[in-house]
Amino acid sequence: MQRKLWCAAALAAAVAPAQAQVGGAKAFNPDISLILQGTAASSSQDPENYRIDGFAPSGGEVGPAERGFSLGESELTISASIDPYFRGYMTAALTPENEVEVEEAYFQTLALGRGFTLKGGRFLSGIGYQNEIHQHAWDFQDAPLPYKAFLGGRYNDDGVQLRWLAPTDLFVELGAEAGRGRPFPATEESRNGANAASLFAHLGGDVGASTAWRAGLSYLRATPEERSFEDGGVTQSFTGTSELWIADFILKWAPNGNPTQTNFKLQGEVFRSKENGELGYDDGVAPATGDYASRQSGWYLQAVYQFMPRWRAGLRLDRLDRGTVDTAVPLAGPLAVEHDPSRVTAMIDWSGSEFSRLRLQYAEDKSRADATDRQVLVQYIFSLGAHGAHKF
Amino acid sequence: MRFLIVLLLAAAPLRALAALDIFACTPEWGALARELGGERASVYTATNALQDPHHVEARPSLIARARRADLVVCTGAELEVGWLPLVLTQSGNPKIQLGQRGYFEAASAAKLIEVPQRVDRAMGDVHASGNPHLHLDPRNIARVAKALAQRMSVLDAKDASYYLEREVEFQKRWQAVTLRWEREAEPLAGMPIVVYHKDLSYFIAWLGLREVGTLEPKPGLPPSAAHLAELLAGLKQSPAKAVVRSAYSDPRAADWLAHEARLPAVVVPFTVGGTEGAKDLYGLFEDTIVRLKAAAR
Ligand SMILES: [Zn+2]
Repeated sequence: MQRKLWCAAALAAAVAPAQAQVGGAKAFNPDISLILQGTAASSSQDPENYRIDGFAPSGGEVGPAERGFSLGESELTISASIDPYFRGYMTAALTPENEVEVEEAYFQTLALGRGFTLKGGRFLSGIGYQNEIHQHAWDFQDAPLPYKAFLGGRYNDDGVQLRWLAPTDLFVELGAEAGRGRPFPATEESRNGANAASLFAHLGGDVGASTAWRAGLSYLRATPEERSFEDGGVTQSFTGTSELWIADFILKWAPNGNPTQTNFKLQGEVFRSKENGELGYDDGVAPATGDYASRQSGWYLQAVYQFMPRWRAGLRLDRLDRGTVDTAVPLAGPLAVEHDPSRVTAMIDWSGSEFSRLRLQYAEDKSRADATDRQVLVQYIFSLGAHGAHKF
Repeated sequence: MRFLIVLLLAAAPLRALAALDIFACTPEWGALARELGGERASVYTATNALQDPHHVEARPSLIARARRADLVVCTGAELEVGWLPLVLTQSGNPKIQLGQRGYFEAASAAKLIEVPQRVDRAMGDVHASGNPHLHLDPRNIARVAKALAQRMSVLDAKDASYYLEREVEFQKRWQAVTLRWEREAEPLAGMPIVVYHKDLSYFIAWLGLREVGTLEPKPGLPPSAAHLAELLAGLKQSPAKAVVRSAYSDPRAADWLAHEARLPAVVVPFTVGGTEGAKDLYGLFEDTIVRLKAAAR
């Protein structure tokens, strides 16, 4: 019942902003926007048995699009100034399984001054580049492999974030976060204090009128307890320290800074993960525990070119390196497989306007050690309501 | 860490000893802020004349510049919705947030035209508050100048008389040239033109030109072959004098139509810096009128 009400409210709200902003009481309405998404996909391997061999399953929604027609997540975003000191923001995803998921729900300060901004609640972490970009604004339908393997697709914890922007012409931003440790690679614990913390630094600027760039370095530290997955009747769990470093960059080019006709975007990130602790193996017959140490890495590089108004083409390369996994305990599931996953993805998309996009995407996915998955999909992304601002 | 410190030092600007640090969204407001602020204001202009003002990105460099600004001068009327809100919230600068004294919208001082009866995206990228390209009517520039000088004198109270005196001087000169332009542009009255986007509406309304079509089928949508063919057929029935586009827009469709309809294709600066002649606000209007008169003959 509650869910039904929620959906009705969402729909009503999505239609409302057409008349908003014209003064009167309506001027106080928050900005509301709704994203509609869906795919029609075909793949040579069954997405049901998708796994990234060589890596511990993250438990996130990392599989490729379901076969056949499927509805993507419908995203409802509501945001507004709360008062002169705070801004509020929420994105709820209505999943095709008829569940409501809070992707982000946070407040953000407007008046701290001296370049400081504090965020609190649930938010997409500032680590990496793509992590803060909402899924509907991605250049490919799904996340890069390192995001899938090391962050379960994306990292949105419950906690606080403090950012500081330097008073310089060069863009220099430093940030720190502390959180509950809800998403992978952390685990939620009933503990006073934080289960995960991160630091990040971003630099950015322009080269002439046509090129803009940003580069960053991030560090995430979590202390998961009994982080487990099950495979073939075996439960494998990890307790210890998980550390992740990400180096990222994005470069955007447009003639004279005008992206309307043509533009080009180059984006890449490198991940290094280090986990130390204890690994458990439980097959119900001879349970074992022992020391565990892993050093794993991955990267992706993608380029997107708008060759004429409305049309863009893109290519993405992903690669994961299983690295070293040292333990005397037997390994289970995909973690046991010696494999370096890789993937090549190509896409072409057409945008009717800023508010509509249709995409054709093809990928050769070697996430599994024993098979190449050839995936083809068509995706639509429509945006209704308030004209949202897009992150760089 | 040492690397970071070196970078920070390298990036530390050699700032002029100006009292007001102004962040202007577009070149016309940057130029106006310079006219009024003189040496007391240091003005940064976020975009150039060859950038489509509807499609600006919240680049890191803009966020960095907004961090230090005392005053943001933008158009408003939703022209900057796609990027300015992000720049403001990420700047960590409380002075320039929406509703603060350091946030100035030109649209608040001008009268907007083409306010739609109802808004629906099926009509294209229409703005609920009206046409935002208000700076191409010099009388709007005068109105905005008055409000902006007032705002500057509030923000930098010890130099208040400096800004207000400069504004009086500016208004005197501006009124004189406006009258001269109106005289000189008499041949433009009633001139039928095809425009690319409805970004010249204020200029057209001011001098009494006649817009007989737009290359965009709907605001914000790129010209389509079908729409261009329809325009061309219409032009055969009732011819126009020129196909006019702003410097930032794509030349291809305008040139094609001009060629097919045997009309001159005219590029107007749209804002300061759009053409050689549009070096400042005076040049912007001067050059626009000269270019259109050449086609009116
Ligand atoms: Zn416009």
